[in-house]
Amino acid sequence: MSIVRTEKLGKSYQMGLVQLHALRDFDLTIEPGQYVAIMGPSGSGKSTLLNLLGCLDQPTTGRYFLGDEDVSQMDDDQLSYIRGMKIGFIFQSYNLIAQLNVIENIEVPMFYQGIREKQSLRRARELAELVGLGERLTHRPTELSGGQQQRVAIARALGNDPLLLLADEPTGNLDTQSGTEILHILDLLHQRGKTLIVITHDPQVAARAQRVIHLLDGCIHHEENNGRQT
Amino acid sequence: MNWFRIKSILKLGGKSLWMHRLRSMLTTLGIIFGVCSVVAMLAIGEGASRQAQQQIERLGSTNLIINTVKPPDEQVASGTTSRMNEYGLTYTDAERFYATLPTAQVIVPLRQISQEAWYRNRKLAIEVIGTVPWYPEIASLHILRGRFLTAMDMNYQQAVCVVDRHLAKQLFVFDDPIGQDIKIKGDYYRVVGVVSAAAESAGPADQPVSSSSAAGGVAGRIYIPITTVKIRFGEIKIQMGGSGAQIEKVQLQQITVKVQSSDQVLVTREIISRLLSKFHKKQDYQIVVPLELLREAARTKRIFSIVLGSIAAISLLVGGIGIMNIMLATVNERTREIGIRRALGARKKDIIVQFLSETVLLTLMGGVLGIVLGSIIPYLVTYFGDMPTVITGSSLILAFGISGAIGIAFGLYPAYRAANMDPIESLRHE
Ligand SMILES: Nc1ncnc2c1ncn2[C@@H]1O[C@H](COP(=O)(O)OP(=O)(O)OP(=O)(O)O)[C@@H](O)[C@H]1O
Ligand SMILES: [Mg+2]
Repeated sequence: MSIVRTEKLGKSYQMGLVQLHALRDFDLTIEPGQYVAIMGPSGSGKSTLLNLLGCLDQPTTGRYFLGDEDVSQMDDDQLSYIRGMKIGFIFQSYNLIAQLNVIENIEVPMFYQGIREKQSLRRARELAELVGLGERLTHRPTELSGGQQQRVAIARALGNDPLLLLADEPTGNLDTQSGTEILHILDLLHQRGKTLIVITHDPQVAARAQRVIHLLDGCIHHEENNGRQT
Repeated sequence: MNWFRIKSILKLGGKSLWMHRLRSMLTTLGIIFGVCSVVAMLAIGEGASRQAQQQIERLGSTNLIINTVKPPDEQVASGTTSRMNEYGLTYTDAERFYATLPTAQVIVPLRQISQEAWYRNRKLAIEVIGTVPWYPEIASLHILRGRFLTAMDMNYQQAVCVVDRHLAKQLFVFDDPIGQDIKIKGDYYRVVGVVSAAAESAGPADQPVSSSSAAGGVAGRIYIPITTVKIRFGEIKIQMGGSGAQIEKVQLQQITVKVQSSDQVLVTREIISRLLSKFHKKQDYQIVVPLELLREAARTKRIFSIVLGSIAAISLLVGGIGIMNIMLATVNERTREIGIRRALGARKKDIIVQFLSETVLLTLMGGVLGIVLGSIIPYLVTYFGDMPTVITGSSLILAFGISGAIGIAFGLYPAYRAANMDPIESLRHE
């Protein structure tokens, strides 16, 4: 069973009299454990795709199966549950909550799934350890570097052990050094069997993925296969 | 919703309120004043009704009290043929009540004279109360020692008396009062009982008779059979005034009529009023209905409720709107946070709960401050306004409940706005 399967997925926006197709008849299948990079010029529909795959948005046409569930028919509460339980988001601008410290930020998705305090605290510690922030559990986001903040965000995305990790330009705001560190962590997650989709403009980032999908005007332009072993 | 969730949500709400402490403080001022007025209003209202309740308990809700009052002076001056000024309730009035009041259960005539009482070498200013053996039925007296006056005492005009507790203490000190003789105006009266008024703990104003006749410095009351008083003291009182001697003749100072139930009070009052106006040329009596005191208290209570209630309502409304305003601003400031939470699995419900509990936390803190301030005001009212006030536990709970309800009422809309923001838009918000 594939992790992601879309059938003629489409998203359009009504701009006055004109219909703008951000995504058109999009067919994509991603198997468990695949590391997929998505590239394409600005406005080609990458973020739109990611929002649909992450259940933040509903498609105008077509169907989307995440695991074995048809997500395109779900109501808001069900989508929230899917986002919290099956998806892990990593944003370009980290998107940590400023009032919360490292450990509390990591706990947020577990909190909304009703995980007990003791268990979520233990898991948050493990994850902080995994991304190399075991020493900074009570720091606030503003007291961390960009790379460290992004690592917190990755730990947070892993809280409920999601089916799918989605990253929109995860290294876009970082210098080469911290960017590389983040990519190492993503590699590590891939090795551990996680399914990853990463949007990027950077060919060096894309080079780490197994599949690189190039978008243009809301369609798949072409796909490269890096031929690395799964 | 387990305890951990509630705790984290409250912790979060507390944190963000603390971040904007000054703003939070200023926002809750309306709630503080509103709750303050609610507490003060309830305390004053409660005080008024308790006072009325006590008065009624003392005077009896089924009693009608008819007092003798001195008629206006000019009427006295016109009757120059006689220097004798005769007025007030009479034994005949009492008899007429017996004959014509079907609803009357007990009728108690009462004669009151200011005198001095002697025991050995001690002298005290006292009130002689000439009355009937069934007097305790209208005055809730407790018999502490011995007995009250009896029919025998009255029929045979016995020289016996019953004294009140305070007087006994002062007059006899260490001696046992029962069986002692007290000397009043040259005659001796044997003490047969000691009593205390049931409601005397309620205050010193324990006067069955119009307070004008109660001279200052009176040590207490001595109850003597009314028949005995009539033959020993007479009914004429000579008063030396600036224009010469004034002679007054008064038979009874008071007649108390007790009816079966409180709904007979007003009818009985009407009959008494007609009866008296037929036989009294002058307005030398006054009918007091304790039940009406309750109505008076209700009126006071209503006035305070209207004034303070409007202040409270306006403050709470303005305060609520202020809070809604601030919460809308907060929601706007935290758009991105809301987007993040939604992306990480928060349902609309969770967002509503988060912002609603923050608002309620804010108003509850305002409520607590309001309760503290509002508990001070009744003390000031009692101290400076000489008005009784009572702060009840239930009024504080009500005030606390109101502040919480305001939080929910005015927090719902901002919370609803927060929950319905589009997650993608919110995440893009700077
Ligand atoms: N809410 C919206 N309303 C109208 N049009 C939109 C909306 N969101 C996206 N679009 C349009 O859809 C198209 C695809 O946008 P999208 O954000 O997916 O591009 P992108 O590939 O992520 O670009 P970038 O690399 O700049 O992030 C664009 O033409 C954009 O203008
Ligand atoms: Mg984009």
